[in-house]
Amino acid sequence: MGDKKQKALREPMPKQKVKERIKNFNEVALGYTEEQARKEAERCLQCPKPLCVKGCPVDINIPEFIKLIVEGKYIEAANKIKEDDILPRMTGRVCPQEDQCEAQCVLGLKGNPIAIGRLERFVSDYEASNSEIQVPAILAKKNKKVAVVGSGPAGLTVAADCARMGYEVKIFEALHKPGGVLAYGIPEFRLPKEIVGREVETLKKMGVELECNVIIGKTITVKQLFEEGYDAIFLGLGAGLPRFLGVEGENLLGIYSANEFLTRINLMKAYKFPEYDTPINVGKKVAVVGGGNVAMDSARSAIRLGAKEVHIVYRRSRQEMPARDEEIENAEEEGVIFDLLVNPVEFTGDEKGWVKAIRLIKMELGEPDDSGRRRPVPIKGSEFVYDVDTVVVAIGQKANPILLDATPGIKKNKWGYIDADGETGKTSMKGVFAGGDIVTGEATVIAAMGAGRKAARAIDEYLKNGKW
Amino acid sequence: MHKILKKERIGPNLNKFVIEAPLVPRNYQPGQFVILKVDEVGERIPITIAEADKDKGTITIFVQEVGKTTYKLGELKAGDSIFDVVGPLGHPAKVEKIGTVVTIGGGVGTAIVYPETKAFKEAGNYVISIIGFKNKDHVILEEEMRKCSDELYILTDDGSYGKKGFTTDELQELENAGRKMDLVIAIGPAIMMKKVSEMTKQYNVKTIVSLNSTMMDATGMCGGCRVEVDGETKFACVDGPEFDGHKVNFDLLIKRLSTYEKQEKEALNSYKNCKIEK
Repeated sequence: MGDKKQKALREPMPKQKVKERIKNFNEVALGYTEEQARKEAERCLQCPKPLCVKGCPVDINIPEFIKLIVEGKYIEAANKIKEDDILPRMTGRVCPQEDQCEAQCVLGLKGNPIAIGRLERFVSDYEASNSEIQVPAILAKKNKKVAVVGSGPAGLTVAADCARMGYEVKIFEALHKPGGVLAYGIPEFRLPKEIVGREVETLKKMGVELECNVIIGKTITVKQLFEEGYDAIFLGLGAGLPRFLGVEGENLLGIYSANEFLTRINLMKAYKFPEYDTPINVGKKVAVVGGGNVAMDSARSAIRLGAKEVHIVYRRSRQEMPARDEEIENAEEEGVIFDLLVNPVEFTGDEKGWVKAIRLIKMELGEPDDSGRRRPVPIKGSEFVYDVDTVVVAIGQKANPILLDATPGIKKNKWGYIDADGETGKTSMKGVFAGGDIVTGEATVIAAMGAGRKAARAIDEYLKNGKW
Repeated sequence: MHKILKKERIGPNLNKFVIEAPLVPRNYQPGQFVILKVDEVGERIPITIAEADKDKGTITIFVQEVGKTTYKLGELKAGDSIFDVVGPLGHPAKVEKIGTVVTIGGGVGTAIVYPETKAFKEAGNYVISIIGFKNKDHVILEEEMRKCSDELYILTDDGSYGKKGFTTDELQELENAGRKMDLVIAIGPAIMMKKVSEMTKQYNVKTIVSLNSTMMDATGMCGGCRVEVDGETKFACVDGPEFDGHKVNFDLLIKRLSTYEKQEKEALNSYKNCKIEK
């Protein structure tokens, strides 16, 4: 009986101890041991009609890779995943499995779905440390060129898929390092940068060219790419323009967008200042505005940079928070304080322009809005103030204007993102495809990869028949 | 990697570089800038392009040594390389024929106003240039500016070269003399741009300034460069760098420029001490 009960529970993820991890930027989740992975995999019922696959945006053959784990064939299991997901070490870490594959798992009815993400991470890590980089089979050369703009999850997926189909692929990245949000946005403690590096190496071995420091729309225009002989262009730009609250005092010193705060830390390594030249200001008391993963990343980074007190300021309740449960729990464990149902109305500063205090108003939840979540409504007369010396605004993104301003032929939708077909990624400009956050607005790594996969198929189709 | 083809010390703490940057000149227009990162551990800093040579695939920049990064750059010689150079960034200057244009350069800002002065001259304007420096040793681009100006006034704070005074003094004299001014372009320290804008606002002369706020990615992604123009928040990197000087909140700009004052001092001191020990 005891064993059976034991078997009903998910294997817990080993993590760095809280006391230690708040002093370093190393990965918090340590990953399953081989024994744990086997034990967890054995819980899988191998459903004849697996629902988990339906929950996966890229249709990974989940029962099959789990079966391979039970058989001890870890590398084969990793390769099985890679048939559908070229970045399993990343998705195993950052996918919201609890809303996708694991949400569908029948064992979830009793609250203990198979830990699919942890198993995905285990096999792909195992493969990375026990085998050389493997280059997938590449079809005969097609003598057509594809330009991929942006090296985030969407761009990397399109590049890999098109290269596999035999196309000549070149990725253009605006920053000095590839990876997009994987490099500048997600912190080392959630996604070690070594992983991004290895995936990029794999692409290079597949013959994909990568050039950093090229801003399409400025350095080279879309028109010039066509003139240079590219037959199709994929735009995986990311959203890339931070939203601010629009309240008084938001330009005071010490108030960052989450993009700036995290990029200084992740890409520029400000946490190693002065060894690295990029500085950052993190005071004693930090308020992070927002309730998504980016807000959690910012709050947890602030703790690691020595803040004594870090608050999450969120206008709805815990239930509506878009962040993953796992990240909220990690943040709580690390001492982040959650101020729920409050919204900033003003920031005030000292004579030198530094933020000193945040004025908040209490909120209550009203009727559901367009997103289906209950709309927060301010409660009159409930304003209160507390002192802060650093603020991070993590309330999402708008569409970056650079490429779109320079390319009027590409239609935008009413939110300012690229108007692209959901199934093919086709834009209003012949030969130009788009996918990821620049089409959907801020979403997930796996959603961007799914869009990339569809676009790659459509690019292949288009380059074969020329039809638009 | 971007090879430095030429490096010239042209004044105290001021260097001129010609750098290989084959992709930058192709779409370059006056008023635009590059982001550069000196080495692996370097920060990303914006530097305005003074000249771009499409045939040679090179750009010319002027860099004043003020902090660790610019001192590190100053240590480099011809033949050395800069890790990353990306651009051209920002909106180009709106160059058109409008009559009489007054271009004002303060210190190293002269290197930024120079390509625009040239462009306005080529567009058929009558160009009056006013350039101001700390003292004789800091004077740069005199000959270049003379070539593209119908009138050139040079000022130094201490009078050791040209007239004694500030660029605003000369501007005031032009106004006092009743000279026609259709457009003023002022590029230099924030305080100079503020003073010029305050003055021209009284005369009702349109004034363009180029804002040097702190940037990181310079592609609109971080918002660190945000400035207030006409009461609205703008990003200097993608909405600028040039704005209507009469609408810019210069006090906020000046405050925001001090964001990393403490770290900048610390980094520079330890860099210099380190040099001495070596």
